[in-house]
Amino acid sequence: MKIHEYQARDLLSQAGIPVPPSSVIESPLMAEDAFARATKGMSSPLAVIKAQVHAGGRGKAGFVKLVKTAAEAKAAAEFMLTNKMVSVQTGPEGLAVKKLLVAAGVDIAKEYYLAITTDRASRRNVLIASKEGGVEIEKVAEENPAAIIKEFLHPTLGLQGFAARKVAYQLGFTGKLASQAADIMQKLAKLFVEKDCSLAEINPLVLTSPPPSTPSALLAIDAKFNFDDNGLFRHPELQAMADPTEENPAELRAHAAGLSYIALDGNIGCLVNGAGLAMATMDIIKLHGGTPANFLDVGGGATEEAVTEAFKIILSDQAVKGILVNIFGGIMRCDVIAQGVVNAAKTYKNADGSMGFKVPLVVRLEGTNVEAGRKILSEAKSLVPTLQAATDLSDAASKVCKAVG
Amino acid sequence: MAILIDASTKVICQGITGGFGGSHTKGCYLYGTQLVGGVTPGKGGQKFEVDAHSAVPIFDTVKQVVDATGANATMIFVPPAFAADAILEAADAGIRVICAITEGIPVNDMVKCRAVLDEMNSGRDAQRRIHLVGPNCPGVITPGKKTGGGAASNDPYTCKAKGGGGCKIGIMPGYIHTHVSESKTGKAVGIVSRSGTLTYEAVWQTSRLGLGQSTCVGIGGDPIRGLNHIDVIEMFERDPDTHGILMIGEIGGSDETDAAAYIKKHVKKPVAAFIAGRTAPKGKRMGHAGAIIGGADDTADAKIAALQAAGAKVALSPADMGKMMAEAMGIGG
Repeated sequence: MKIHEYQARDLLSQAGIPVPPSSVIESPLMAEDAFARATKGMSSPLAVIKAQVHAGGRGKAGFVKLVKTAAEAKAAAEFMLTNKMVSVQTGPEGLAVKKLLVAAGVDIAKEYYLAITTDRASRRNVLIASKEGGVEIEKVAEENPAAIIKEFLHPTLGLQGFAARKVAYQLGFTGKLASQAADIMQKLAKLFVEKDCSLAEINPLVLTSPPPSTPSALLAIDAKFNFDDNGLFRHPELQAMADPTEENPAELRAHAAGLSYIALDGNIGCLVNGAGLAMATMDIIKLHGGTPANFLDVGGGATEEAVTEAFKIILSDQAVKGILVNIFGGIMRCDVIAQGVVNAAKTYKNADGSMGFKVPLVVRLEGTNVEAGRKILSEAKSLVPTLQAATDLSDAASKVCKAVG
Repeated sequence: MAILIDASTKVICQGITGGFGGSHTKGCYLYGTQLVGGVTPGKGGQKFEVDAHSAVPIFDTVKQVVDATGANATMIFVPPAFAADAILEAADAGIRVICAITEGIPVNDMVKCRAVLDEMNSGRDAQRRIHLVGPNCPGVITPGKKTGGGAASNDPYTCKAKGGGGCKIGIMPGYIHTHVSESKTGKAVGIVSRSGTLTYEAVWQTSRLGLGQSTCVGIGGDPIRGLNHIDVIEMFERDPDTHGILMIGEIGGSDETDAAAYIKKHVKKPVAAFIAGRTAPKGKRMGHAGAIIGGADDTADAKIAALQAAGAKVALSPADMGKMMAEAMGIGG
């Protein structure tokens, strides 16, 4: 699960990590007040207005703006809340923006990178830090791997004080700033574990460049959190942060039905039991010259209800020209699955209200009672005219690819 | 011989009174597994009825069932929130093979759980090590010779007393597996996989090509788990009854690449492999928590290249897993 930048700031702030003053607005009418609050006490006021969407590429799309007056703030807010944001990540249709973050501008002396994530190879959580913040860390890792500092968290004690201080000094901090940096790292690590994150990233963490005679300080300017879906059950406060308008509606619907579905850009819908077999099914479609429209794991049961719901979700994608059902019947018998697939296809209600399946449907069953299952499929020809039974995986892939052309 | 489990393994189920745990406990019993009891806190003293002929005792703790029955393997079906604790309870009670079937355990719970297991295992010799299989896996099966119908507990699929003797710990369909004595080629392969149904597919293909299976291990789809490919491949290489090794991996992590390096250096037996997810998009979690492409190294193509370089026969199509295994072993054509 992902959250918005303003929610990430709230999490940091609650954890005691310093962030610049900011507020969230939903109307241009609130922009001037928000500007005044963010820039209170500044000799030369500066604020930044940022569209709150999960998609990246905001800056290039013109949806991150520096503003110096309340009037500029209002104009920027009006632009972002009335136009759709189009970036490489949104697709050409763009994305409506509903919320804006208005935050104090900061004079930056230097930018750093801090993140905690889980390292699979060492089976530990790890702190990643770099002096080269503000840019994509993947780029830094590729071009200048020496600039990346890694420090593993103890599995039960977390990021200990000495470990955080070690990294702070490695980053070049001294004196009070070193203590402040170490404190931020420990707080971020604690937050990571407490909230079951899969990524907790501050980029950039900035060293401010204040007017003479005031000390520099560290501030988290932007943050990104991803959460472990398996941990969400114990975090109602995080579940409440989910923004359904940011998710693919078909994926949300599948999730509610206990199905695992991911929309892709091909035209062959897939309905498979098991995640590994579902991926392998996508692969074999590609090997036969087709392109999968989705990943869908219907789960161990593959009951009639689950198959019916899966058909609805797959066919809600207008690009789908054919469906491949690939089920290995283990605990669940093939005859039961075949009957379920036939019933679901037979009673399928199209968008125009008519009944019955229209797109080509190739069904490949293997496992317990497979002969009885295939018999049901072959006898269902009159009920579901588009149905073809396949004998094995290759046969199934070649039939469905042929059917969609 | 086989690896991890055999007909003499005494198995319990943690979470035996749950719907899923109960039905699969029955499935294992009917296969012929020596099931000695179950654990559900608060239900100690009750019986779990497999069918009209058989029942096994339920205990409150794993320690009690180990003391009473000498159990040495467990399958865990408890809900995700309590599963990591159940794994450590089994380890603490002296259980040696722990199959965690539960799906959806928080990654941070597994970070802690695995660290404790590693600490318990440090300094132990191979004979006394605790093996965690999973979580989020189908379990482990060592097939036995078919001797019965497998529909009732008084006529199990592979009966030890009648010269059968297999052991199934988990949710896989038992009958698709073939004991080496019933295989046309007289050869058995060891199968290790991160996926469930894809493993059944591989088992089915090898059985149809006249191969038996020594042991099949589903190591699970989570990023932090117990046994990895490399650990199981090492056991298969040492097992005299395993004549070939079939490894099924997927996108995400470096486990298959590590295994490839190990195979190149240490494995003399024929190896075949399949990696799922060549068409998976970057950055999307494909069902399994562990199946997500992060960098360039954990793509299917990188793993396939590493395995080919190590001398493994890699099936590019999932329809060819069995065929590649047979080819690697010089069987058929």
